[in-house]
Amino acid sequence: MESIYHDADIQKGDSSTKASTTVVPLPNETDFSTDSINHSLEAEEKIRFFSQMLRIRRFEERSLRAYQQGHIGGFLHLYIGQEAVAVGSVSVMSQDDHVITAYRDHGHAIAVGMEMDECMAELYGKKTGCSKGKGGSMHFFAPDKNFWGGHGIVGGQTPLGLGMAYALKTKGTKGACLCFMGDGATNQGSFYESLNLASLWNLPVIYVIENNGYSMGTAESRHSAGEPLARRGEAFDIDWSVHQGHDLYEVRSAIHKALSRARENSRPSVLEIVTYRYRGHSVADPDQTYRSKEEIEEYKQNKDPINLFRDKLLKEGVLTDDKIQALDKAAKDEAEASAEFALASPFPDVSELMDDVYWETDNPEEKSSSGTIFFESSR
Amino acid sequence: MAEITYREALNQALSEEISRDSNVVLMGEEVAQFKGSYKVSEGLLEKFGSERIIDTPISEAAFSGLAVGAAMMGMRPVVEFMFWSFSYVAFDQIFNNAASVRYMSGGLVNVPIVFRGPANGGTNVGATHSHTPENFAANTPGLKVICPSTPADAKGMLKAAIRDNDPVCIMENTILYNLKGEVPEDEDFIIPLGKARVACEGNDLSIIAHGRSVQVALQVAETLQEKHGVSVEVLDLRSIRPLDLEAILETVRKTNRVLLVEENKPFCGVDAQIAFLIQEHAFDHLDAPVKRISAIDVPQAYSKALENFQIPNHDRVLAKAMELL
Ligand SMILES: Cc1ncc(C[n+]2csc(CCOP(=O)(O)OP(=O)(O)O)c2C)c(N)n1
Ligand SMILES: [Mg+2]
Repeated sequence: MESIYHDADIQKGDSSTKASTTVVPLPNETDFSTDSINHSLEAEEKIRFFSQMLRIRRFEERSLRAYQQGHIGGFLHLYIGQEAVAVGSVSVMSQDDHVITAYRDHGHAIAVGMEMDECMAELYGKKTGCSKGKGGSMHFFAPDKNFWGGHGIVGGQTPLGLGMAYALKTKGTKGACLCFMGDGATNQGSFYESLNLASLWNLPVIYVIENNGYSMGTAESRHSAGEPLARRGEAFDIDWSVHQGHDLYEVRSAIHKALSRARENSRPSVLEIVTYRYRGHSVADPDQTYRSKEEIEEYKQNKDPINLFRDKLLKEGVLTDDKIQALDKAAKDEAEASAEFALASPFPDVSELMDDVYWETDNPEEKSSSGTIFFESSR
Repeated sequence: MAEITYREALNQALSEEISRDSNVVLMGEEVAQFKGSYKVSEGLLEKFGSERIIDTPISEAAFSGLAVGAAMMGMRPVVEFMFWSFSYVAFDQIFNNAASVRYMSGGLVNVPIVFRGPANGGTNVGATHSHTPENFAANTPGLKVICPSTPADAKGMLKAAIRDNDPVCIMENTILYNLKGEVPEDEDFIIPLGKARVACEGNDLSIIAHGRSVQVALQVAETLQEKHGVSVEVLDLRSIRPLDLEAILETVRKTNRVLLVEENKPFCGVDAQIAFLIQEHAFDHLDAPVKRISAIDVPQAYSKALENFQIPNHDRVLAKAMELL
């Protein structure tokens, strides 16, 4: 079977001369398809998960091309390789559960149901973007889909997710907050303050550490003492566990368990989900300085979450080659259309620069304060 | 109207707003059982219980961020900092999150939150406990900043802040907590943000101040009247952002001489901006250059002998005022 991963986009820099020293463990043998949460899945649902992962990947590949064409500025942190984590997690959420994540947020955004158009337009800095071009790649939001961002400060979202869990509990909603973060983010102090409060106050928050092995160019072994990272929850009496992120079924099982713990006992969890990013930290990333090409290749060949799930569904007889081709074409077409949409969309007008800062200035009819609130020196 | 302290005024505001709106909670270190480090929340735990008056561990980043997250989802938390100086370990949550989330979400997410606590010098607690970050906060679009200087303002502005749909930072003052004044008992007594107050009328010189410096300005005005027959108008800014620019210009146009007084440090302090605005909008009304007194530009000193000189005191303000006459 041809790999679903293909290098449509070009990674700059010569091929590595470094020999791979990393031993990439082979895919986990445990079969999570028999877990009740997975066993009961309908064929259409499985196909939807597959298609969601594919859509995220095609969206991001297209966005990378747009970046290289100069349509997108700043940072572009691609999620390629990690898709099963967002899609698997969101797939077990109820309507009362909420999501918050870091800057590598395109996957979560599409998984919760944001449209490619609004996401691509945001990357292009267009008025039709989900944040009207004011947030950019790192700051997608869709509160109507229980998606609370997209946060650019490493670890900065960990207290926010805690607050969402607190609000849910206070309001008597039987929901939880899934707070995604990277392995590097586990070294921020606010994370530990949050763990303490989560446990002390019995808050339904689930910290999902997407351990892709690197904090920018710093490998886990160089940034963190004590393995596994999730074990850090133990000091706070928080249930923790480590899972493989290339297996969508395993992600679903793990998140489902944590969500039940949150819903039934209002207890937090720390889940570490081992995954891998194929692309650089952002687009301008000197990839070869901190990891080998072989290591990346090995993941692509053996642990690609989309390939592995595709193979499972082929084996289960849920998918056929034709269906896969059709889904892939649909995802590519949708991504292409989103790029066209973004390109054709207008930029925000500079007259909109000062909108969306204060609720009050955006709602002048309900304004209760007075005085000057903006101090442009040019006026 | 009853005469109560600034501390009691804050307490009343909290109590009224917590009973009015079930989304309002008070959280911070020692706010519940201990009744507040400065006893601002005395009696509230008994009245509202531990679900609404919440003691937190010493984790400013986590409880500030928690409150921001809860506000994003529609609660209206009031976060107490034991001192604003301690908010510096929660800087990210206030400045990156509370201030910016609305903008970065294109207006989709509101953050109706209040951060409050004392921010002042003059109590001999040294550099780490005496910061006055109203300039930092006001330098950050997305935040509102107020510095009430009287008991009535403390009550009316805290109530306005809690009802506000944007993040509001309230800089209180430990020395003012015992200040007494008339405070209306009306449960809907609100002082809108962005409205300055003429603390005393005069014709020869305007002193514009905020926070406890207003009290110092009033003393200087009295001295000038008694000893020199000079009539001073004192304008209390009350609110830094939004700012009552009109009131500032009005007093400048009236007296044509201005002295700015603040406890902020001078460089990029609040009054640097006020001075700029005055020259931009009322240059032709000035009979003399704008003068300014701030805290002396070193980390806050501990010793009484040093600190009492460092923050704008009666004599320093008086001397500077004389230069203008
Ligand atoms: C407080 C802070 N420090 C540094 C950065 C710069 N930075 C952005 S991402 C990153 C690495 C984070 O790695 P990790 O948490 O593992 O997430 P990943 O990028 O792998 O998804 C760094 C250092 C930042 N955004 N915020
Ligand atoms: Mg990482």
